[in-house]
Amino acid sequence: MKFRLRRRRLGQLMLVSTVATTLSSFAEKTVAQTPIKRTTPMLKSSISETMKVTLQVNGTKHSLQIEPRVTLLDALREYIGLTGSKKGCDHAQCGACTVLVDGQRINSCLTFAIMHTDAAITTIEGLAQGDNLHPMQAAFVARDAFQCGYCTPGQICSAVSLVNEGHAKSDDDIRELMSGNICRCGAYPNIVAAVRDVLEGKKDAAV
Amino acid sequence: MQPFNYQKARQAENAVALVAPDAEASYLAGGTSLIDLMKLNVQTPRELVDINPLPLSKIEMQSNNLRIGAMARNSDVAYDAIIQKRYPVLSEALLSGASPQLRNMATVGGNLLQRTRCYYFRDTSMPCNKRVPGSGCAAIEGYNRIHAILGGSDRCIATHPSDMAVAMVALDAVVQTRGPNGERSIPLVDFHLVPGETPERETVLQHGELIVAVDLPASPNAARSHYLKVRDRASYAFAMVSVAAALDIQNGIIRSARIALGGVGTKPWRAYDAEKALLNKPANQAAFQAAANTAVAGAKPQKYNGFKVELAKRTIVKALTTVGGMA
Repeated sequence: MKFRLRRRRLGQLMLVSTVATTLSSFAEKTVAQTPIKRTTPMLKSSISETMKVTLQVNGTKHSLQIEPRVTLLDALREYIGLTGSKKGCDHAQCGACTVLVDGQRINSCLTFAIMHTDAAITTIEGLAQGDNLHPMQAAFVARDAFQCGYCTPGQICSAVSLVNEGHAKSDDDIRELMSGNICRCGAYPNIVAAVRDVLEGKKDAAV
Repeated sequence: MQPFNYQKARQAENAVALVAPDAEASYLAGGTSLIDLMKLNVQTPRELVDINPLPLSKIEMQSNNLRIGAMARNSDVAYDAIIQKRYPVLSEALLSGASPQLRNMATVGGNLLQRTRCYYFRDTSMPCNKRVPGSGCAAIEGYNRIHAILGGSDRCIATHPSDMAVAMVALDAVVQTRGPNGERSIPLVDFHLVPGETPERETVLQHGELIVAVDLPASPNAARSHYLKVRDRASYAFAMVSVAAALDIQNGIIRSARIALGGVGTKPWRAYDAEKALLNKPANQAAFQAAANTAVAGAKPQKYNGFKVELAKRTIVKALTTVGGMA
């Protein structure tokens, strides 16, 4: 009897401690993912701190109160919560942040959100129709065109745009026109194959 | 990044009025160079005037030239049917520069105004006479493999990185501007400055002067032209050496020639002496080799970039051979 109580007590303690750990970890994560209101020291009071910026992302309007220096990438990830677009180099050298603005691929890390208030922005989250993957997403899955997957959202957005631009006629063209997207795992052959698959059935590739 | 004030300009005169009176104000076009340098605290404008809404993105034939609006995107210029047909060197140069994403953002005006730069310029922990005049040059005594062999001074040997400008210099392009003191036309070959004693000044533009267009004159050379870029990797890299070449050949004789170099000069480098060397000569390897030797005659290589002298010569010969139809 005594032993059973002890065991129950031990179990309760373990449960409590697990819940506490989970909660504190959740709290930390929540804090880490919550947009932090930065109290950046201003050079001069005339520098505006925040402005109201409305962005249309994947067909939904988002009204944000942000500083002009917030990049489109940071607005998408930190303020709207669309974390599909990835921050790699943050200097437009890796392509992980590629999104479509009015159908054209750009590096969202090297442009300010406030510059795109009149535009239609499409991110990786906006490509699928419900549970139906975009043909480029399906091709990437079919060809196993990713390893760690970090570069994949940017690769897919870039590839969708490449197909719509209509300038790629060969595998060499695909490689050249995907050169703004770096994959450190080296999944390039499968990425080229996936893009080629969609190019050959071009009508399915429109956003 | 330093905070800044932001405004959108809808008309050119409005943009000029906003930037001209404020020494710390800057135009914001594609942003591909400016925002990159702002993230590194190399450039710290206090006021940004976004000129993306300006109606300056048309590419149109005028009576005697092709006018390219300053806000035309690099990708639109590169794939423009008239430019591909009549000025292939420009299309090829644009498509050899940056990545498709950046070409969709970058503008013609912004491309000309991207900073002449090297990795020491981008690193604020290093001295740089362009960033802080008088602080010294880390490149001249440093690792200068990518640096200029033509047009440098004891203050600066950074190269101008544009491919587009090299092609445009070969095409005798003229920059049209609008500023607080009115409009002016500036031949592109005179637009960029060699560093000399004042490497912090890179162009002849006055503060607040806005590029509104670039004109390409009709040219007998332009249709027979080619851009050849040599770099460390197959794509998406700055030029080690690049050559924009155009030839007018009649009955095997060179009647006029245009040669400009990238990756080797402190500004987009027009090789006038090499052009003269080709005039009225038969279009053959001997003439091309002689022109190539002339083009780099004044080269002053540094410790790590001596290879660029020979590389430039071979790239010139290859580009001329391609344009001459002898490849």
